[in-house]
Amino acid sequence: MTDLLNSPVWRDLFVNSADQIPWYAEFVRSLLRFVIALAGGLGSVPILVWLERRLLGFWQGRLGPNRVGPFGLLQPLADALKLMMKEDITPTNVDKTLYYLAPAIALVPVICSLTVLPWNSSSDWGAVAPHLNVGILFLLAVASIEVYGVILAGWSSNNKYSLLGGLRASSQVISYELGMGLSIIAVLLMTGTLAMQELVHSQTIVTNVPIPDSNYSVWTQSVSAGFWNWNIFKLFPFGLVAAVVYMISMIAETNRAPFDLPEAETELVAGFHTEYTSFKFAMFFMGEYANMMIVSAICVTLFLGGYTAPWGILGQLPASWTFFPSSVLNFVNHVVIAPAWLFIKLYTLISFFILVRASQPRLRYDMLMHFGWKVLLPTALANVVLVATSMALQQLFGAVGHFIAVGIAGCLATIVLWVAYLHWKARKSGDEASRLPIRRESVVRAIAARMPVED
Amino acid sequence: MLSSYIPVLVMVAGATIVALALIGLSALLGPRRPSASKDSAYECGVTPIGSARERFPVKFYLTAMLFIVFDIETIFLYPWAVNYKASGGLMFFNLVEMLVFVAILLVGYIYVWKRGGLEWG
Amino acid sequence: MTLQALLSGQGLMFLFFAVAAIASGILVVILQNPLRAALSLVINLFSVAGLYLSLNAYFLATVQVIVYAGAIMVLFLFVIMLLNMGQANLNTSYRGVRTIIAFSSAIGFGGLMSAVALKGQPNVMLPADAMVTGSSAGSVEGIGKVLYNPNLPWLFAFEWTSFLLLVAVIGAVVLAGKRQQPSEDKA
Repeated sequence: MTDLLNSPVWRDLFVNSADQIPWYAEFVRSLLRFVIALAGGLGSVPILVWLERRLLGFWQGRLGPNRVGPFGLLQPLADALKLMMKEDITPTNVDKTLYYLAPAIALVPVICSLTVLPWNSSSDWGAVAPHLNVGILFLLAVASIEVYGVILAGWSSNNKYSLLGGLRASSQVISYELGMGLSIIAVLLMTGTLAMQELVHSQTIVTNVPIPDSNYSVWTQSVSAGFWNWNIFKLFPFGLVAAVVYMISMIAETNRAPFDLPEAETELVAGFHTEYTSFKFAMFFMGEYANMMIVSAICVTLFLGGYTAPWGILGQLPASWTFFPSSVLNFVNHVVIAPAWLFIKLYTLISFFILVRASQPRLRYDMLMHFGWKVLLPTALANVVLVATSMALQQLFGAVGHFIAVGIAGCLATIVLWVAYLHWKARKSGDEASRLPIRRESVVRAIAARMPVED
Repeated sequence: MLSSYIPVLVMVAGATIVALALIGLSALLGPRRPSASKDSAYECGVTPIGSARERFPVKFYLTAMLFIVFDIETIFLYPWAVNYKASGGLMFFNLVEMLVFVAILLVGYIYVWKRGGLEWG
Repeated sequence: MTLQALLSGQGLMFLFFAVAAIASGILVVILQNPLRAALSLVINLFSVAGLYLSLNAYFLATVQVIVYAGAIMVLFLFVIMLLNMGQANLNTSYRGVRTIIAFSSAIGFGGLMSAVALKGQPNVMLPADAMVTGSSAGSVEGIGKVLYNPNLPWLFAFEWTSFLLLVAVIGAVVLAGKRQQPSEDKA
């Protein structure tokens, strides 16, 4: 093993990147990490589809797919195979170049957002681009260009439903991006870093574990200090508010129920991908599910401690198991247990979103936009200001400062809710006062209009 | 530092190749039996009337414009937020300077709300 | 920039994105379909982001993508779709005026470029107190340290930016809300 590590090319691949490594080694490493991320990201789409259909079936009192393979597990693969074999229809009058490119433009940013997502605490193999200094900003940049696929698909299809669906989707996505960005800023205030790996570390205790018999690698072991250190519980209730704002905007960003207006089948058939068939449809489908996974994974990383366990002991094999060499222990901790925790948290979160889909009715489009602009945006902005206020007050007055900030938040919330209640009441009584006479009058008029015909 | 962006280039290139390969796959596999009615735009079985690329409400346009403004506001918050925790004695000053920034934009937000710029009903 | 500097990894990256930016810029001008021209502009904006990246301006590169490609170009696409300019034929009208404008801007641009080439490297420097040493100058943290520092002049400019954005908000509402007049609805 040591000989293999000492051969020059391999050594370049495995040395710690704190040292300078040649660009070709970084290139090969990047390719390997890309393949890992792609397998984890796109590979779990079928599992997600299966999970969603089974859970929806369970909550709606039916079985869901259960024939193909054990428990119906192979159903998504069968679906993919079927879609591949279907006829690829190109409708007349479409803008051919854009019509063909739109699914690719939709899929590429989704895959690219896997780049900075950390799956273990290794400094070299923990993410596709582990040392990216813009970190979470990269994710936002990628998320902001995801709109193009939808707009172009809607426009190029030459179908009225597609155009309306594309418009709705793009407006919705850009509106909820604001809430998403502001909730991320609240996290940045609390942690003071943009790097995804450090965002995880800030919710844990970090130790550096050198690997014996090797000069090359230092594993950074991120040991969970307990789930109460997660960002969602930090500066309570501000961390929680940020997390809730993020989760709501995340559902809207991925166009899922109850925010699935762009694909509302009762109004728009299938929205922007009405005219897409065969595997081009499958690409939109795949992109949507992969996107759902990725935004959930970002949520886990930002608010729920990322790949670390909720309790220190659960995150690693006991160090007392000395009958294994410590490199094996490290390998298991990083390659098996850490990603496993990421997936456990991820699927718990996604199951929750499937429950939301199963239980909540679809909003109206005006309600959706009102909620995004009039509720989510001010809440998120106020939350950012309050987090900053709390931190500044804590610097001045110690722990009491936080309670002052919470008090300010409480007063603000009470005032806003009271004003909203008064408005609602005034509008309701105003509606009743203005509507009733008109309705009576119109009824009388209608009867009067009909009378001569009867005569 | 720039070498840390090699993975990004690999990622973008790889994702593009995967996406284009999938499109090529869909063009290669599957039968091709086009017919006039199959290729017409789907409008619930009714023959399509007129062009589909119609004009649409100005609301979408306004939303996009407001989004730009508030997006830029968010952008300004990022460098501020990252340095906030470690700003030490300047923390209170940083809070006040951002409060001024946000308060001025809040005036704009209230104006939009009052003028009905956020109404969709 | 010397030849040696261009042949490093950074220089090659700069060259690649510079060529891409120029090529997509030309496409923006010559493409007939407005939507395709707008998409070439998107590629152009990405190339400029790449140029920023090759100059170690990480924050600027990300903001370029988020604001220009992610927000402003979406508005452009909306406008093109709103005006239904799918196959607009702009070539037939105002041919004479267009030719004059094209020639004069080409001459102006050529003059500018040759002036830069003759004069050699332009000596553009930031004020010394604004410089943050090290490669972290273009990072998000570096920008933040300079922009929000009370001892540097940029703080004032930053606060004025919010007024600029306020004007933009009011302008957007006045432009778009001309025919709605919500006050009449309530009466």
